[in-house]
Amino acid sequence: WDETHFGKMGSYYINRTFFFDVHPPLGKMLIGLTGYLSGYDGTFPFQKPGDRYEQHNYIGMRAFCAFLGSCLVPFAYLTVLELSKSLPAALLTAFILIFDTGCITLSQYILLDPILMFFLMGAVLSMVKCNSCADRPFSASWWFWLSLTGVNLAGAMGVKFVGLFVVLLVGLNTIYDLWDLLGNLSLSLVVFGKHLLARVLCLILLPLALYTATFAVHFAVLNKSGPGDGFFSSAFQSQLIGNNLHNVSVPEHLAYGSVVTMKNLRMAGGYLHSHWHLYPEGVGARQQQVTAYLHKDLNNLWIIKKHDSVTADLSDPSSPVEFVRHGDIIRLEHKETSRNLHSHQHEAPLTRKHFQVTGYGINGTGDSNDFWRIEVVGRKAGNLIKVLRSQVRLTHVATGCILGSSGKTLPKWGWEQVEVTCTPYLKETPNSLWNFEDHINPKLPNISLDVLKPSFAEVLLESHMVMIRGNSGLKPKDNEVTSKPWHWPINYQGLRFCGVNETDYRVYLLGNPVIWWLNLVTIGLYLLIAACTAVTLKRGVQLTPELKELSRVMLRGGGQITLGWLLHYLPFFMMGRVLYFHHYFPAMLFSSMLTGITWDTLLKFCAGLLSPSTTARKVYGGGFLALVLLIVYSFYLFHPLSYGMKGPMASDPSSPMAGLRWMDSWEF
Amino acid sequence: MLGFLKKPFVVTAEINMNLVALTVMGLISRLWGLSCPRAVVFDEVYYGQFVSLYMKRIFFVDDSGPPLGHMLLALGGYLGGFDGNFLWNRIGAEYSMNVPVWSLRLLPALAGALCVPLAYQILVELQFSHCAALGAALLILLENSLITQSRFMLLESILIFFILLAVLSYLKFYNLQRHSSFSGTWWFWLLLTGVACSCAVGVKYMGLFTYMLLLAIAGLHFWHMIGDQSFSNVSLMCHFLVRVLALIIIPMAMYLSFFYVHLTLLYRSGPHDQIMTSAFQASLEGGLARITQGQPLEVAYGSQITLRNVLGKPMQCWLHSHANTYPIRYENGRGSSHQQQVTCYPFKDVNNWWIVKDPGMQQLVVSNPPRPVRHGHIVQLVHGITTRYLNTHDVAAPLSPHSQEVSCYIDYNISMPAQNLWRVEIVNRESDTDVWKTILSEVRFVHVNTSAVLKASGFIGASLPEWGYRQLEVVGEKLSKGYHQSMLWNVEEHRYGKSQEQKEREVELHSPTQMDISKNLSFMAKFTELQWKILTLKNEDTEHKYSSSALDWITMDTNIAYWLHPTSSAQIHLLGNVVTWASANVAALVYMCLSLWYLIRRRRKIYDIPEDAWQLWVSAGGFCVGGWAVNYLPFFLMEKTLFLYHYLPALTFQILLIPIILQHLSDHLCRSLLLKSMFSASVVAWFSSVYFVYCTFRPVTYGQPSLSATELKDLRWKDSWNILIRKQ
Repeated sequence: WDETHFGKMGSYYINRTFFFDVHPPLGKMLIGLTGYLSGYDGTFPFQKPGDRYEQHNYIGMRAFCAFLGSCLVPFAYLTVLELSKSLPAALLTAFILIFDTGCITLSQYILLDPILMFFLMGAVLSMVKCNSCADRPFSASWWFWLSLTGVNLAGAMGVKFVGLFVVLLVGLNTIYDLWDLLGNLSLSLVVFGKHLLARVLCLILLPLALYTATFAVHFAVLNKSGPGDGFFSSAFQSQLIGNNLHNVSVPEHLAYGSVVTMKNLRMAGGYLHSHWHLYPEGVGARQQQVTAYLHKDLNNLWIIKKHDSVTADLSDPSSPVEFVRHGDIIRLEHKETSRNLHSHQHEAPLTRKHFQVTGYGINGTGDSNDFWRIEVVGRKAGNLIKVLRSQVRLTHVATGCILGSSGKTLPKWGWEQVEVTCTPYLKETPNSLWNFEDHINPKLPNISLDVLKPSFAEVLLESHMVMIRGNSGLKPKDNEVTSKPWHWPINYQGLRFCGVNETDYRVYLLGNPVIWWLNLVTIGLYLLIAACTAVTLKRGVQLTPELKELSRVMLRGGGQITLGWLLHYLPFFMMGRVLYFHHYFPAMLFSSMLTGITWDTLLKFCAGLLSPSTTARKVYGGGFLALVLLIVYSFYLFHPLSYGMKGPMASDPSSPMAGLRWMDSWEF
Repeated sequence: MLGFLKKPFVVTAEINMNLVALTVMGLISRLWGLSCPRAVVFDEVYYGQFVSLYMKRIFFVDDSGPPLGHMLLALGGYLGGFDGNFLWNRIGAEYSMNVPVWSLRLLPALAGALCVPLAYQILVELQFSHCAALGAALLILLENSLITQSRFMLLESILIFFILLAVLSYLKFYNLQRHSSFSGTWWFWLLLTGVACSCAVGVKYMGLFTYMLLLAIAGLHFWHMIGDQSFSNVSLMCHFLVRVLALIIIPMAMYLSFFYVHLTLLYRSGPHDQIMTSAFQASLEGGLARITQGQPLEVAYGSQITLRNVLGKPMQCWLHSHANTYPIRYENGRGSSHQQQVTCYPFKDVNNWWIVKDPGMQQLVVSNPPRPVRHGHIVQLVHGITTRYLNTHDVAAPLSPHSQEVSCYIDYNISMPAQNLWRVEIVNRESDTDVWKTILSEVRFVHVNTSAVLKASGFIGASLPEWGYRQLEVVGEKLSKGYHQSMLWNVEEHRYGKSQEQKEREVELHSPTQMDISKNLSFMAKFTELQWKILTLKNEDTEHKYSSSALDWITMDTNIAYWLHPTSSAQIHLLGNVVTWASANVAALVYMCLSLWYLIRRRRKIYDIPEDAWQLWVSAGGFCVGGWAVNYLPFFLMEKTLFLYHYLPALTFQILLIPIILQHLSDHLCRSLLLKSMFSASVVAWFSSVYFVYCTFRPVTYGQPSLSATELKDLRWKDSWNILIRKQ
């Protein structure tokens, strides 16, 4: 399943070819590194899910992910132990994570999620540890845990942007902490300043430095041209070995008769492109499509012509070279199909208020709707136009609109390329700016352009912009059934990892329903208990020391964990991108820890109500044992989900999973 | 009882002349020349349609918000005797004589005018001086953008009015709380808070932000009450229940009642019918109800039915077949079964009729008594005109190759047997033995052989090429991933078939249905459906010439041209008072910085200002800065088209903050007398600049007088403003 993605990216690192992905590079770099160390040679193609690995050495990468995934259990154990100081609570949490089929499945394959969750839990653990060292600030262990928090934050951020939520969690916790210190009048402002500086250093500067470093390594390793080039600007591409812009030498100024490619200046904007296919009926005029295409292709080539001249006198080698100047009116002819870039007052296919752009005319003869005025941003009339460096705007002479790319993907008839329109709104956006990238003109001398080299900061910024754009571009298509955030905590629908048919070896990502429903109930229970406790305390009711301790664990420890759960769950409701079931797993970790703490407190409270301590201990032990047994038994029932199933589907009574399909939406 | 005999009956009236003067000025500024221009201004073109539809009692769906705002506008039209006959097609079109422009614009203008005294009262209730309160009211009075927005048939001024009313009544309630809980006025203001909140939400969903803010503040105040030991547990409980009743239950009930009135008023079918389900349409007068009136309710073996796809996107369509077959080879070289096409057709047609047949019997008529089809029964569907069976098989569908092709089976005598058995699954059943009902039941057809589900493709561009007459594709979905509306069908037209012979049957299919049953949806069912449609109906993101992003608003880098006189250059723009906007921003910034400073100093036990001044400062900030933040920040997360006027509620709160800051500065930071008088002098100077800017922009606020080209050019204080200058 997604192994095809991340495994492939691991291979890219080994082969050092440049690629583009919506996630930051650390996770894939680690996969690539373990692959390299374990002897994987990066040649397996990772074409489609279900392909056999044959002789390729993939075990190393899987073992690495599985190892990180199993680290989650001790991390959660230690965190809960630190927060509640109660061994049973910690044990309960550990049992939940060990016996959850979802966690097992997710950490068995080459995916980013186990790596992300490893760093995430690491950050939480070190934060909690650091808090408990608060009574001896600036001691060695305090520094150790504080800087470890920073390192883990950088790791979490570097794997997926979801790591941002744990940064937020640690940030809120730190602010709370500092506020506490500020209110402590026994500390002088100098000491407080030291505290502040230490946190800035370890939790802001250190993670940022590490995060930047991962990108530095990423760009240093990937120095060969690869499939991700087209997503980036011309300047960026000139750094990649093998790219046609690397050590490029082209004629510097644009001239009539030149063959050029034009790239949209929007981040991840494509090349101006056309092909023989026509717009389908009902979509504007039935003329040739013009689109923006992210990949390099012969169909991206255009010839610049004067608006009034005939084709012949340009091909004549003896005629003098005439440069294109700012404000000239030109015609752009598509090289492969000899049609002119054309626009008219028909509505564009997707952006209804824009005009359609087409290829029109035969062999370069068209009409007055083919004329475009070429203008360089921020320049006066008469200036020459520089290749690569000039930002150019093309204004349609007849209608006054501006050529632009809307960034929307065309449907199947447009080969899922990006829509190109002519916008009548004269706002200055990168959508309507272009630059010339390739430039072929035999009559002009080639000049090497190495001034282009962008600084590291620019490269970093650009790659982030491209990633963010890529992320928000992952929109669900019309009518596609997607996973909704409210599905997740109720374990409504899983994710098929591999195998569809009856005979296949099938793995299905689905949480252990007993555990997940227990978690769900616990969240409600926790909110209820916490509210009651808070009101009781606010009313000033006197409590026994044991109860005070319990309410402190509930409110302080449980509150931190609940905050973590909220931060890792609620933001998904506001996201427009495609969501998957596995996005819930970080939140699920928090929810499991909360389950441990809440049930332990609840049992202690119930036991505390019974007077003889032997019965109390019996009730407490019995409740704990019942919970553990429930978890283990449910794991026994559902373990085939993660270790693979064979045989008929669960809807068939003869299947081993028959009777376990408790919800109609599960598909195993 | 007879007390008045002993003591004279005295009425003492106390009139705050400030308030009266402010109200009068507010009325003058908003109502002056209200019916000018006598032309459609900006979004009037949009709201006007709805007013017309209300006048004609025609049902419509507006996805922009709940119905109260539209109803209030329509009330103006009703009082003015508007008959609804006006074509709202173009901004700038002249109104005909039958349109009562003045009364249509009256309600928004009144609401806008009343905001001025409301602002005064709010500041008084926040315990600030009358001078500060007067300042706030005057700033609102002289704010050009608020004037423009309230002078036309638009909703923002009504929304702002209700928001301010809610805040004011909560403040009144809270101030009464201390000494006279559960008194008459206490109840009045508490209930008014809830009512005003629900009205704000009912006008526009934006009102929800202020409602949430008030709930949060009320929650916080109650939390403090919990900590107060002087309340007994019982009285706390009473306070809690009363608040829940007034602030949650009453607003909900009010909100429902808006929809009730809306649905009662609009009982005729209209242009938006097809968005709704068949059941809803049938409850409207005219339209579908005329056809479905008197149909038999239960579908039986032998019934003649039309099947409508429940999804209704990209357009509503009915299961359809016709005598043409799938082409042997498609354009891309894939093969088909070459059997009769089955499509989804967006128009009523005789070819949409299907007959439900029992696989075990030959006859196509309803037996006597009729045998109803129940959930789980297996049926065959016979196409009425061609008498072929609905069939699906393991052949790739024309447009969605991962799904199965659906056809009407033709026996070519090759090894491809008919697979025409379908199991009826009623999705919204109450029990497993439910009968399949006309219009009401949403049904899934599961193919018995392959367990594929009958589905209309339903994505944009799902229409078949030339050979399929551009009708929509119908497929058998193999991977039935859960529940999706495109897989659900409901019976729309229905009658019991009586004709034995095919010829007779064709005549019968052409004739309209008759017989009599009536069914009515309950109000709650209608409400849930309409509410759901309003929330989920998504108009395509449209780009607008005057749309802007949320970031442009604080600096007012954008304006909206509302109207331009067809011949002269008189024009109306939504443009704010620049000085007010800038000072409001400064005030918000000063508030946040000072609060942070005070907070940190208080944490170190250094108290700069007295405790009661601090409390005032906090509560003023909670309402004003809080109101600004909740009405502004959410727009950064929204993906819809945004306009400058969305910022006006937030701006109103921000303006209220200016006098608060000024008073605070003069009270607590200007320590010497000299400093104080200098400060007052500069405030006066600043205020006269506000007035000056108001006067300068008055021509584009009121649309008269018409200015010359150079004067207009002088008004263009920012390059990004789009002021229209006619070419000579």
